[in-house]
Amino acid sequence: MLRIKNINTYYGQVHALKNVSLHLNAGEIVSLIGANGAGKTTILNSLSAITPPRDGEILFEGKAITGLAPDRIVEMGISQVPEGRQVFKDFSVADNLELGAYLRFRSREKRSIIKQDMEDVFILFPQLSERRKQMAGTLSGGEQQMLAIGRALMAKPKVLLLDEPSMGLAPLVVQEIFRVITRLREEKGTSVLLVEQNAKAALKIADRGYVLETGKVLLEEKASDLLENREVQRAYLGKEKKEIWER
Amino acid sequence: MSHQILQYILSGLSTGAIYSLIGIGFAIIYNSTGIINFAQGEFVMLGGIMTWFFLSVFQLPLIAAMVLAIALSTAVGVLFERLTIRPLRNASPLILVIITIGASILIRGMAMLIWGKDTHSLPMFTGSEPLTVAGATLLPQHLWIFGITLFIIAVNRFYFHHSISGKAMRACSHNRRAAGLVGIDVKRMVLFSFAISSALGSVAGIITAPLTMTSYDVGIMLGLKGFCAAIIGGMSSGIATVVGGLLLGVLESLGAGMVSSGYKDAIAFIILLLILVIRPQGLFKKAETERV
Ligand SMILES: Nc1ncnc2c1ncn2[C@@H]1O[C@H](COP(=O)(O)OP(=O)(O)OP(=O)(O)O)[C@@H](O)[C@H]1O
Ligand SMILES: [Mg+2]
Repeated sequence: MLRIKNINTYYGQVHALKNVSLHLNAGEIVSLIGANGAGKTTILNSLSAITPPRDGEILFEGKAITGLAPDRIVEMGISQVPEGRQVFKDFSVADNLELGAYLRFRSREKRSIIKQDMEDVFILFPQLSERRKQMAGTLSGGEQQMLAIGRALMAKPKVLLLDEPSMGLAPLVVQEIFRVITRLREEKGTSVLLVEQNAKAALKIADRGYVLETGKVLLEEKASDLLENREVQRAYLGKEKKEIWER
Repeated sequence: MSHQILQYILSGLSTGAIYSLIGIGFAIIYNSTGIINFAQGEFVMLGGIMTWFFLSVFQLPLIAAMVLAIALSTAVGVLFERLTIRPLRNASPLILVIITIGASILIRGMAMLIWGKDTHSLPMFTGSEPLTVAGATLLPQHLWIFGITLFIIAVNRFYFHHSISGKAMRACSHNRRAAGLVGIDVKRMVLFSFAISSALGSVAGIITAPLTMTSYDVGIMLGLKGFCAAIIGGMSSGIATVVGGLLLGVLESLGAGMVSSGYKDAIAFIILLLILVIRPQGLFKKAETERV
């Protein structure tokens, strides 16, 4: 469904992605793990055309989408939930969701349908429902993450790109968010590319995983195999345990 | 004496309304691009002078002349964005601001070549029979100014807070990256902001011209006054800048009437400096992020 072929992405002189290839099948949850600075965010931003790759190819449902503008990518059905949530802080919860459907408003889709989708988001995240009129900036971290996901869903994506949704959240909230991700796949068939530092939790809900290191794909395996992989355990799962102890 | 003061206040409010409209233009562009568009005053000039031109040279009816003038000023604003701001959007704000100053000199120069250095007057929209309000006199044109300004502020408010396109524009100014990720075309929104600002500026120029006359160089002073209104309002494209403009207009008018008319323009600059030094975030701003 989504396939990246040998892309190279640069920040000025910095060569952030080196011949990266990966793919995402329809209805699949694929996790992308790697240390800080490995290039995870850059992969998502290359897909979203925020930092377009210098060369290589990106195919979506068989069509090349390389070189399309960010709004066209969203229109095609690829939405990103960015690192650090990036909700519109001075806008109400409802306005944030409405903005998520911006392109659908522009293509003159029926307001009643969009409204209904907004209600669906509220069903998915009941906590947001009570806070429709509240400014997004005053939400808790977990609520902001839910809102960021809800905003992306308002575009009716076929592929959801999630950048570290668990960052800075309490384990219980992380669980809830991950539950929603699996639920989306089951109910709507949404494919998910999940970038995570919290590798263990991510691999548990994923079908496959990629391990990224300094801009290169190091490993690609079934998620269950990666969880068992000694190297991965030492480098990404073990470290986590230590981090938990340190807290 | 109190009649006199009321008179100053009323005429101050009317000039202030003009400053507000120009100020909102500054704010809209600032919020979408982060630059101060010093060419803003030239659109005020273009509105007034082109209306005069179509009216007296082409003998068009007033309303047609106004619509044409607003449309052409907006076109100049759009062209300006396309030719300078968009190709250079990765340049530093300072460079862009300097370019807007260059553009303002260019537009003014062209206006002087086309329409000469003379001062021109526009007829009042509806007669010049003064009305008396509690001892102070008002011209019908003052009422036009209040009415049109109120109308524009209401439309502006509705657009930015209740329409999806207006919300998208605000979203761009608050978080460009996130706006791009929901599919908002940021470049298009910047273009919109130039279109809206130049249209607002030209309307301001048209409604004030029957009272103050117009010429190729009225944009300098009016632009600075509008800038001052926006600074008082903390670059808000909403009510704060409106209040800023009205406050400036009233203070100017009181100062000119009660002290000396020689101080009129100085008042704006004193306020500008005071605000920039003491409250650079604007007079009314509570949180640093609230801009609209
Ligand atoms: N705007 C930028 N300018 C220059 N270099 C950048 C920029 N953004 C990222 N980089 C570099 O590109 C590399 C990959 O960064 P990226 O943000 O994709 O990493 P990441 O895997 O998402 O890390 P993290 O887990 O910390 O979010 C890093 O070496 C980083 O320093
Ligand atoms: Mg990252």
